[in-house]
Amino acid sequence: MLTIATGNKAVAAAVKAAKPGVVAAYPITPQTEIVEQIADYVTDGDLESRYIPVESEHSAMAACIGASAGGVRTFTATSSHGLLYMHEMVHWAAGARLPIVMANVNRALGPGWNTWAEHTDAFSQRDTGWLQVFVGTVQEAYDATLMAFKIAEDERVLLPVMVNLDGFALSHIMQSLETVEIGDFLPPFHLPHAIDTENPCGYGPMTGPADYFRFRWDIERSMRDARGVIADVEREFAERFGRTYGPTEDYRCEDADVVVVAVGTLGKEAEVAIDRLRDEGIKAGSMRLRWFRPFPDLDLSGRDVVVIDRDYSFGFGGVVAHSIRSKTGIEPYSVIAGLGGQEVTYNDIADFVRNRRPGEETWFGVSDHV
Amino acid sequence: MSGNRIAKLSLQLMTIIEERSVNNLSAIPKEEYLYKCTSACAGCSSSLCLRYVLKAAGPDSVLVVPACCTSVIQGMYPGTAMNVPVYNIAFAAAAACASGMSDAFATLGRETNVIVYAGDGGTVDIGIQALSGAFERGTNFLYICYDNEAYGNTGMQRSGSTPLGARTTTTPGGKPTAKKDLDRIVEAHNPPYMATACSAYPLDLYKKVKKALSIEGPKFIHILAPCPPGWRYPTEKTVEMGKLAVKTAQWILYEREFGKLTINGPSKAAMKKPAPLEDYIKSQGRFKNLSPEIFDLMRQQVEQNIQRLSREEAGVC
Ligand SMILES: Cc1ncc(C[n+]2csc(CCOP(=O)(O)OP(=O)(O)O)c2C)c(N)n1
Ligand code: SF4
Ligand SMILES: [Mg+2]
Repeated sequence: MLTIATGNKAVAAAVKAAKPGVVAAYPITPQTEIVEQIADYVTDGDLESRYIPVESEHSAMAACIGASAGGVRTFTATSSHGLLYMHEMVHWAAGARLPIVMANVNRALGPGWNTWAEHTDAFSQRDTGWLQVFVGTVQEAYDATLMAFKIAEDERVLLPVMVNLDGFALSHIMQSLETVEIGDFLPPFHLPHAIDTENPCGYGPMTGPADYFRFRWDIERSMRDARGVIADVEREFAERFGRTYGPTEDYRCEDADVVVVAVGTLGKEAEVAIDRLRDEGIKAGSMRLRWFRPFPDLDLSGRDVVVIDRDYSFGFGGVVAHSIRSKTGIEPYSVIAGLGGQEVTYNDIADFVRNRRPGEETWFGVSDHV
Repeated sequence: MSGNRIAKLSLQLMTIIEERSVNNLSAIPKEEYLYKCTSACAGCSSSLCLRYVLKAAGPDSVLVVPACCTSVIQGMYPGTAMNVPVYNIAFAAAAACASGMSDAFATLGRETNVIVYAGDGGTVDIGIQALSGAFERGTNFLYICYDNEAYGNTGMQRSGSTPLGARTTTTPGGKPTAKKDLDRIVEAHNPPYMATACSAYPLDLYKKVKKALSIEGPKFIHILAPCPPGWRYPTEKTVEMGKLAVKTAQWILYEREFGKLTINGPSKAAMKKPAPLEDYIKSQGRFKNLSPEIFDLMRQQVEQNIQRLSREEAGVC
């Protein structure tokens, strides 16, 4: 069905279609609309799910952990401080191998209080063992959320998935949305290690180095397998519903001399910049990074790369720029831009490309070429 | 007849049947769900309590355990000393995890008991927010706090539940403030069932767990669990220490069913004529060199508790 919706509403609609048994969540700007919409679905009987209005995000994730281990599909949504507040449980969910799906509406971190888009919240969770996907449109927010359940629950993965969408810039933006009849796209929830009182086991007891180390390797092995599972699920999604996704969304990259790598809505903005640059005769392309964990293999050899980071790792650099440097060996031009919701237009992005200085870093509008 | 009233009547009936059938220890099931291979300290009363809790709960139960001594005593992966599923969870998260699990089981139409078994630190300190939230939401589960009055797992640091004057590794001069009144905090949530218990009275504990699990909604049992290394007394005195706590009315056994308070047998007598508090204090190294002023405050606290609970039971407020 074709409608228009905000990014938040699209996530909620996908959750409705996925029919989780338990949703546990705590409100935070700009995620609130997701949990309010789900509460409406549950109250109106449109979603037969138990909605647990927990008293904190730490408890939201703990409740999802208990529910998932209990044997039902679970969902939560958060943002920024909420994500950081649940950090301990974010690690726990992955370590416990629970296919929880969480929407994270990317937002800056205080102080000062700032509710606008930034990716530092999600990147601060990058070593937790969660799969992380970043979306750029309302439609993609819906599609990625649906696929997240299938990817997480695949027995080759059994890891939680975080679907990231930019605060306000996407969470509150209206775009067209095609919802689907999911049919049997999502199989009934099955967790091989769900709690079974007829087969009593200890879950997460004290564990010595040898076993613990092996469990960590199991997580990494599943992360590696997840690449193939993601590709399979995205292929099946395309076959069933006609929309194609991959680890990156490439725009006019084939013959490009310079490629802009960005995440989320900035990656969509970059596409407009690319058209402008092409009109000027600059052979530019855009590669919007969708999957951040597992991190994809990128084909960037032989081109200049301009990376826009809406995040920063203090004392080190832009998280995406450094990921690309370490993955490809390319020295990108690292642009730090859009922190705390700073406006970054396609004109600005075109300027980044025109004025690029590979190997250098700039803080857009704050401090040039440091 | 309202649902609540039916619940109350059937509860009374059940209690009568239960009391007739289980009035001595031999009536407690022989099945063991906590095996002898735990790594608890010698004389550990909290693991003794767990044994009775599980006998009362039976095999269709899941134990949710935050970081505490119970995370240790269950043994090391891949072994386990427990014969029910044990879900270990982060220190602050037991009540919330149980909340999700309880709802998952409800979704699946399963009647499995969800029981939190948490220490005092995981309850009165770091876990109190999750506990309060789960009780306010009416979660269907049983939360048991076994109270050894300190952080046992990490080597006996003070907790909010450590009593006034007690020496711990972080209150080497004795704790300068009083024990947090957890029960009144829980009571403020108006749960359908809450009770206190003590490891020295296993039959009382067994019956309370049974009763709690027959009621829908959030239930709470607070067990005083003497701990030889923490309280600094010889291991063979564990049962005696629990008895002393009750006989001196330092710890009062009661139940609150749908708000109505009942003082239980052993405490009835103790409240009328408490044994000398000195007997309790002097037998524990943690109260060594207690000042007379602190001792007086402790005695006053015992008297206040007796007064408050007696008045409430008599309907005088
Ligand atoms: C967030 C966090 N902080 C601190 C700890 C360390 N820790 C583990 S158990 C524990 C004390 C537990 O005390 P209590 O709840 O009274 O249980 P007991 O050990 O006495 O049985 C502490 C401080 C932890 N595991 N997690
Ligand atoms: S420290 Fe105390 S509560 Fe913990 S295992 Fe030892 S005796 Fe039991
Ligand atoms: Mg303790």
